[in-house]
Amino acid sequence: MLEQSLIQSYSDELFNALCNQQMIEPLTSRSPEITIEDAYAISNGLLQKRITVNNEKIIGKKIGATSAVVQNMLSVNQPDFGYLTDAMVVDESEILSISTKMIQPKAEGEIAFVLKHDLIGPGVTASDVIRATDFIAPCFEIVDSRIKDWNIKIQDTVADNASCGYFVLGQDVVSPRSIDLSTCGMVVELNGQIISTGAGAAALGSSPISCVVWLANTLGRFGVPLKAGEVILSGSLVPLQDVKPGDHMSVNIGGIGRTSIRFD
Amino acid sequence: MSTLSRSTVAELAEHLENAELQAYDVEKITNKYPDMDWEDAYDIQWEIRSRKEKRGTKIAGLKMGLTSYAKMSQMGVDTPIYAFLADYFSIPDGGSIPTAELIHPKIEAEIAIITNKELTGPGCTIAHVLAATDYVMPAVEIIDSRYENFRFDLKSVIADNASSSRFVTGGNPKRVEDVDMKTLGVVMEINGEVVATGAGAAVLGNPAASVAMLANMLAERGESIPAGTFIMTGGITAAVAVKAGDSVCVRYQDIGSVSMTFK
Repeated sequence: MLEQSLIQSYSDELFNALCNQQMIEPLTSRSPEITIEDAYAISNGLLQKRITVNNEKIIGKKIGATSAVVQNMLSVNQPDFGYLTDAMVVDESEILSISTKMIQPKAEGEIAFVLKHDLIGPGVTASDVIRATDFIAPCFEIVDSRIKDWNIKIQDTVADNASCGYFVLGQDVVSPRSIDLSTCGMVVELNGQIISTGAGAAALGSSPISCVVWLANTLGRFGVPLKAGEVILSGSLVPLQDVKPGDHMSVNIGGIGRTSIRFD
Repeated sequence: MSTLSRSTVAELAEHLENAELQAYDVEKITNKYPDMDWEDAYDIQWEIRSRKEKRGTKIAGLKMGLTSYAKMSQMGVDTPIYAFLADYFSIPDGGSIPTAELIHPKIEAEIAIITNKELTGPGCTIAHVLAATDYVMPAVEIIDSRYENFRFDLKSVIADNASSSRFVTGGNPKRVEDVDMKTLGVVMEINGEVVATGAGAAVLGNPAASVAMLANMLAERGESIPAGTFIMTGGITAAVAVKAGDSVCVRYQDIGSVSMTFK
């Protein structure tokens, strides 16, 4: 367990890196003894700075490391999570400025859940998630890392709010009861070319619902609920894609709909 | 322009068909015939088809291969390849496949269609294909190259009937207007574990585009796709190796699932 003062200093460092679009050396290379619990404490410190200094408001949560590829890369066998704030929302009509807002962005196609009831773990099941979900929507999450060259271990990304950057939600929304979230297909295009396809079962080898179950039960152990009205990003179904100014991307999900994002 | 004599074509067809029927591997034929061209390669494939038909084997359908842009650019070509499906390639949904009859099988998840009108190229488009499609259904192809370690070039693989060996279809077919073939998702499971996922657009952007290309390629030989043809449009997922004892289930969005075991 790291000293409280070191945890606070890493939170401050990540907050400054975020605000100034700077990269920092991996925490795991400077404090190899850092645990995942330490990393969540650092992430929480970072979140508090965003709330108190930048006046950001929590609007949801994101789940990361849900695919076998990313889990193998990070040598973990479970997902991680971060918080979404109002400052991370991009509307479909907007152009996301990489040069003024981001460091080394990558795009992920996901399915977002918007809740109508609280979900409080432990003991949350897949049917609880379906009952508590108002609607699901197509989503691009634009992840970014404040850690130099994405040279991350699980503790680095957890401390950095699960590498969250920005996200855009599509306006085609459906009830989770209307489709099979395990087999629904995803097609991602970059500048008009299909670059990847996937399906719901890429999430934890099961379905995006299982990711929300995991999050509700994991946060439940700390007494943190998923709240009615919150947006929950359930994790990428396709490989991450580097993006640069001038790029545009679209994602189309079978049975749900599409969304798109432009960068400059 | 063919470069091989008719007798060489016949000899190579026998050579490759024997390897298929007796389940042994051979070295790629372009080692011995480096100058053979595309037409030679298809001549050998059509000769294998004709050998089977003469023995009373029926043609159960057609298939497309190399339909992902990534694979095409890997092989340095800009068109996919086609092959035929023989009646004995067909394994019933839920059936079992003896690996002793195969060399080194791999499975691919595909979307298949069955036509209700003849499709004739050149000039066949996605629109013509959709207008001629009766049903869309799941299909799993078991590919089994007759070449050592799947080491081949494009001409060798065309001559080898595009590695065709077995297929399983079934599921819950839907009318073409009731499915979106582009976003239709597939989930491949081996022994209960998800090993690959994808969606229809992985096949040339739309599986119907693959069928249009098939009609246009067949037109170059004066052939068409008759009404009632079963067509496997190309792999959505990467090919995954299977072995005796494996149980496979591929689940599809909206069109059901197919399963099989290898023994």
